[in-house]
Amino acid sequence: MSTTTPSKLQKILAAGHFGVTTECGPPRSCDGGVVEEKAKHVAGHVDAINVTDNQTAVVRMCSLASCIRLRIMGLEPVLQMVTRDRNRIGLQSDLLGAASFGINNVLCLTGDHQSFGDHPEAANVFDLDSTQLIQTVKLMRDDAKLLSGAELKTCPQMFIGAAENPFADPFDVRVSRLAKKVAAGAQFIQTQCIYNLDKFKKWMQGIVDRGLHEKVHILAGFTPMKGVGMAKYMKNRVPGMDVPDDIIKRLQGVPKEKQPDEGINICIEHIQELKEVKGVAGFHIMAIEWEEKVPEIVERAGLYPRPKVD
Amino acid sequence: MIMAKAKPIEEIVDEIKDFKRILIAGCNGCVTVCEAGGMKEVEVLASALRMYFKKTGQDMEIGEISLTRQCDKEYIKELRDGIGKYDAVVSLACGAGVQFLAEMYETKPILPGVDTCFIGVTEEPGVWTERCAACGECMLASTGGICPIARCSKRMANGPCGGSSDGKCEVNKEIACGWQLIYDRLKVLGQLDRFEKPVSPKNWKTSRDGGPRKIIREVSRQ
Ligand code: SF4
Ligand code: SF4
Repeated sequence: MSTTTPSKLQKILAAGHFGVTTECGPPRSCDGGVVEEKAKHVAGHVDAINVTDNQTAVVRMCSLASCIRLRIMGLEPVLQMVTRDRNRIGLQSDLLGAASFGINNVLCLTGDHQSFGDHPEAANVFDLDSTQLIQTVKLMRDDAKLLSGAELKTCPQMFIGAAENPFADPFDVRVSRLAKKVAAGAQFIQTQCIYNLDKFKKWMQGIVDRGLHEKVHILAGFTPMKGVGMAKYMKNRVPGMDVPDDIIKRLQGVPKEKQPDEGINICIEHIQELKEVKGVAGFHIMAIEWEEKVPEIVERAGLYPRPKVD
Repeated sequence: MIMAKAKPIEEIVDEIKDFKRILIAGCNGCVTVCEAGGMKEVEVLASALRMYFKKTGQDMEIGEISLTRQCDKEYIKELRDGIGKYDAVVSLACGAGVQFLAEMYETKPILPGVDTCFIGVTEEPGVWTERCAACGECMLASTGGICPIARCSKRMANGPCGGSSDGKCEVNKEIACGWQLIYDRLKVLGQLDRFEKPVSPKNWKTSRDGGPRKIIREVSRQ
């Protein structure tokens, strides 16, 4: 896969290295220092940092402003965009603004429904869905056009990403769903957190069988468990999450104060295992409010130092 | 059919408590089917209100009627002779009926007696569910006859999202995932190939987003 944008992440993946990304959730306040602190923890250990867009439909400092902060720090952001809150006018306008600051990665998402967040009474938008947002970015970048057909004199140079959840239902449709996003223009995929390796491998096999891994870089998603409580919550409460019982048993098998370490161990072992799986192009580590652990995970998983590209 | 449900009686009491003579006007159309606003519901509401005002000692006269439809002038004209006797009307029709009465009897307060909810079907006796959001440009031909606009919580055109599990929507375990339904039906129809083609952004102009809508059929205008 050749490179088409100035994105460092794209260059690393195109050169055949495992890519490593992570994410920082902005604060529920206007304290921009929070994002900067989180980013400092992970800066040298990852290729790019996703900034979530009002994740779980909770109002937070906006992804765009946070990405600009990272850019000013000299880091490489991935702008997450959900279609829940903005229509195509707002989305395209934000894309232009992001590109003007040299933000070259975008992750196109539909977003969690607002009923999960802090404003369940909100009107939602869903003018576009994630696939249509992918199409939109591609149109702006490759055809120098807005959805209206209006010409762009300067085009945003975005490496286009999308998410996929191999564990959501119906399972049979999950490879097709990815194929559709690739057809729309997705170039990299960050997956939902993986705990069920067998099911992930089955999905990955489906991807490889269709040759999709040659068209899109797949970054396997990981979130280390902090303890049994978190594992049970993820299993029972988070839609589309597949946490097998043996993970819960393994965490239960160690004393409470050791559980965070065990969670990290599991995460590292899983990354090691997936490094051997055909089609896996890298890892997306979502250490929710635990960013300081990312360097350890990256190092112990054998993904450090990060490659240099120009 | 347009589905509606009865407003809480306290809300209706609050709407009418400053009047003396009230007409409860039902509609024998859609709202009768969903048991929110036909003759039977007019009777039930009228007697509940009479009991309420009897208890509070307020003098209130309550009349009852149900029209064939409140979305047609021809039928709402039937109120012309009797409406003068009343200070206000509580309409048990959908919001369209309430507005049409108000348009025709412009000096009379017309108050809503039901909450109008959606376009749907009688799934089983006593259970009504949404099927169409009246988007004005129907795409059912390509989605196996199941509407992604009305039946996916995120209105996705290229679903399912990552939140679907066991055939249920991420929003609520009581809601069937519209995209699971679409997938299952496309499979039955042997049309799964349709699924992989990205559907481009929808034109919402034909939906409410284009402003209030109108259909004109010239041949019927005479
Ligand atoms: S596509 Fe539009 S018109 Fe057709 S059923 Fe859905 S909402 Fe109704
Ligand atoms: S779970 Fe299914 S119905 Fe619910 S939002 Fe996702 S795709 Fe739509």
